[in-house]
Amino acid sequence: MQELQSAFWEAGRLLLTFDSDLTEIVLLSLRVTLTAVFLGCLIGFPFGAFLAVARFPGRSLIVLVVNAFMGLPPVVAGLFLYLFLSRSGPLGPLGLLYTPAAMIIAQTILVTPIVTAMTRQVIEDLYQEYDEQFRSMGLSGARAVPSLLWDARYSLITGALAGFGRAAAEVGAVLIVGGNINHVTRVMTTTIALETSRGNLSLALGLGFVLITLSLLINAAVMSLRGSAKRLAYV
Amino acid sequence: MSAERDFTGLEAAGRVAPGALLPVTLADVCFAVNGTDLLRGLSLTIAPGSRTVIMGPNGAGKSLLLRILQGLIQPTRGQLTWRRAWGEARGTEGDTAGSATDKHTSGAPPVSIVLQRPVLLRRSVAANLTHALRVLRVPRRDRAARLEELLTLGNLQDRRGQPARSLSGGEQQRLATVRALAGNPEMLLLDEPTASLDPQATQAIEALIQRSHGQGTKIVMVTHDLGQARRIADEVVFMANGRIVETAPAEIFFSQPQSNEARAYLSGHLVI
Amino acid sequence: MKNLITRRLVLATAFAGAALLTFAGPGQAVAADKPFITVQSTTSTLNSGLYDYLLPIFEKEAGIEVRVVAVGTGQAIKNARNGDGDVLLVHAKSAEEKFVADGFGVKRSDLMYNDFVIVGPANDPAGVAGMNDVKGALSKIASSEAPFASRGDDSGTHKKERSLWKAAGIEPSGGWYRETGSGMGATLNTGIGMGAYVMTDRATWIKFGNKGDYQIAIEGDAAMFNQYGIIAVNPAKHPHVKVKESQTFIDWMLSPAGQKAIAAYQVDGKQLFFPNADKAGS
Repeated sequence: MQELQSAFWEAGRLLLTFDSDLTEIVLLSLRVTLTAVFLGCLIGFPFGAFLAVARFPGRSLIVLVVNAFMGLPPVVAGLFLYLFLSRSGPLGPLGLLYTPAAMIIAQTILVTPIVTAMTRQVIEDLYQEYDEQFRSMGLSGARAVPSLLWDARYSLITGALAGFGRAAAEVGAVLIVGGNINHVTRVMTTTIALETSRGNLSLALGLGFVLITLSLLINAAVMSLRGSAKRLAYV
Repeated sequence: MSAERDFTGLEAAGRVAPGALLPVTLADVCFAVNGTDLLRGLSLTIAPGSRTVIMGPNGAGKSLLLRILQGLIQPTRGQLTWRRAWGEARGTEGDTAGSATDKHTSGAPPVSIVLQRPVLLRRSVAANLTHALRVLRVPRRDRAARLEELLTLGNLQDRRGQPARSLSGGEQQRLATVRALAGNPEMLLLDEPTASLDPQATQAIEALIQRSHGQGTKIVMVTHDLGQARRIADEVVFMANGRIVETAPAEIFFSQPQSNEARAYLSGHLVI
Repeated sequence: MKNLITRRLVLATAFAGAALLTFAGPGQAVAADKPFITVQSTTSTLNSGLYDYLLPIFEKEAGIEVRVVAVGTGQAIKNARNGDGDVLLVHAKSAEEKFVADGFGVKRSDLMYNDFVIVGPANDPAGVAGMNDVKGALSKIASSEAPFASRGDDSGTHKKERSLWKAAGIEPSGGWYRETGSGMGATLNTGIGMGAYVMTDRATWIKFGNKGDYQIAIEGDAAMFNQYGIIAVNPAKHPHVKVKESQTFIDWMLSPAGQKAIAAYQVDGKQLFFPNADKAGS
């Protein structure tokens, strides 16, 4: 319990002194995770919407696989990607291993299934509602996707936030493909793991609080956008 | 009454443009779902120009007929024959200026439908209309002007920036109706559009319908409201149990219904 | 309506500002032009803090950035075999020699050593505190079945530990012998939580932040010395390795300047690593 108390103080100290190492680590974490969420949405929104409106043999199987991959263990994703990015692997010559780019790819792999699955659900519900009206205007199937996506924008935010949560919280993938190299690929979660392994539990917990606070702020900002929209019947 | 209509006279009078969509003829159209016959051998000609009202008890198949005309469902048997195919481009030689059918946007469905409960996008009033204009492929340079026309037509100028779903029921239906007119359709179908509206809202919708008709759009409307039918109909198609029981010009139908079902319906009895 | 626009504007500006800071903020130019090498090493070496002290000295002198990937010994060696590093720096001599023999390393050189200690709870259930005969101590721990937490992860430390049990003629097993399968820090955390004895390298122990009431119980036996080796990854197997920069680094580490710097690293006034690169070759 003493750890918990000193952890609060640590978190406070870190935040108030704008510890430069901490700033660097936080900015890198945000850069990696936000980019991964952006890419995950770039892929997941249209893919999920397509799955929602299209009907083709094998569709159920794809939906099943996408849903299952929401639970892909981050460390497994990291390991898998390592095998590709390693110098001994097929993408070795790209030299991506142990760079933030590799971490972004790893997190994108984790984020995309979540965004896809949630988008599919949201768009499917919306499509049912709009189907007749759209078809009467000559808008059917894949052509309806852009209209559906825009109309679902406030609900899709939840999918994006879920993806963000997953990426921000994971350590296994970025640890393997990033290498936790000081000043290069060290992010919040890997730092917490490192400090824990050094027995610096208060510091680790303090960093944990910083991470949670960051996540709270981002979620609050996005949800406030949605909250006001709800009052105005856009959801 | 499904006699062939002669259009030469109408064409000469400039009321109907050459190459128009209508009339459409239904020949023995049936629709069944899971083995149950819902429409049984409908044969009907829908001619341009008049206001056709479809009436009948619930379950008669009126909405299904509208949806078949809109192309939302396909008949399981029988045929629809349009005067021209929907996808064909239309010539404009010799057309009378001011006819709504002239300006129909090629590529967009020439028929649009107003449903009983309006389905509006989660956007503002104006955005709903611009979406329709875009989907119906109204030429880009005409969109802004057309938007203003539609807003004025529906008396929604003050509401243009408001979320469409926050409008009252009557306003929403006005929006849905002008949206249906966005692409200058040749035929406007309405499925009990004012069933849940108060008299004032109903009046506004009926005014839109009449105005549309005045500009040459064919009106086909399903309604339960006898008063509304009397106000609007030029001819009545009466259905029961998936069949067309009677068709007649409005005055004749209301004063001298020929069929038992029509008589029972008009005098307020349930038609089983 | 106005509220929504203003709020959106504020949020949009905030997001834009955050994005700018995140993607173009200070620290972005982790000199892509500055040459760097990748060293595969172990968590225990990293946790000792040696690299945080040593590498800035080298980088300033040579202008080469040294990026350390710290993982378990087995993983470090595997990574180096895959060519995902330019230099291998671990403490598992026989595995290192095999690495070179298999053609993945150019040459193994002794670099430095530190020693292992066995730490235990203040109440010393096996009565081994203060002993400097590790074989005898281990026998006492086994016979009293006092809890012992082992790394159990095939690391250099783990291999060392098993060799000591073997030297004492004991095959440790039973509920008292617990293999955590984790790194040094995690094993210490777990062991201390269980009141178990743990064998750890001195460096990690001195820097460890969660000691509880634990003390060093056994130390000083020569059998517990822990030899570090440094190896350049073989360009014949992996042509992309940075031969010149790696050699610069290795040469510096083995040079009098580098060795002196290693010896100078202290925690709590104690020297952790003892340079011994004098011997030629392995």
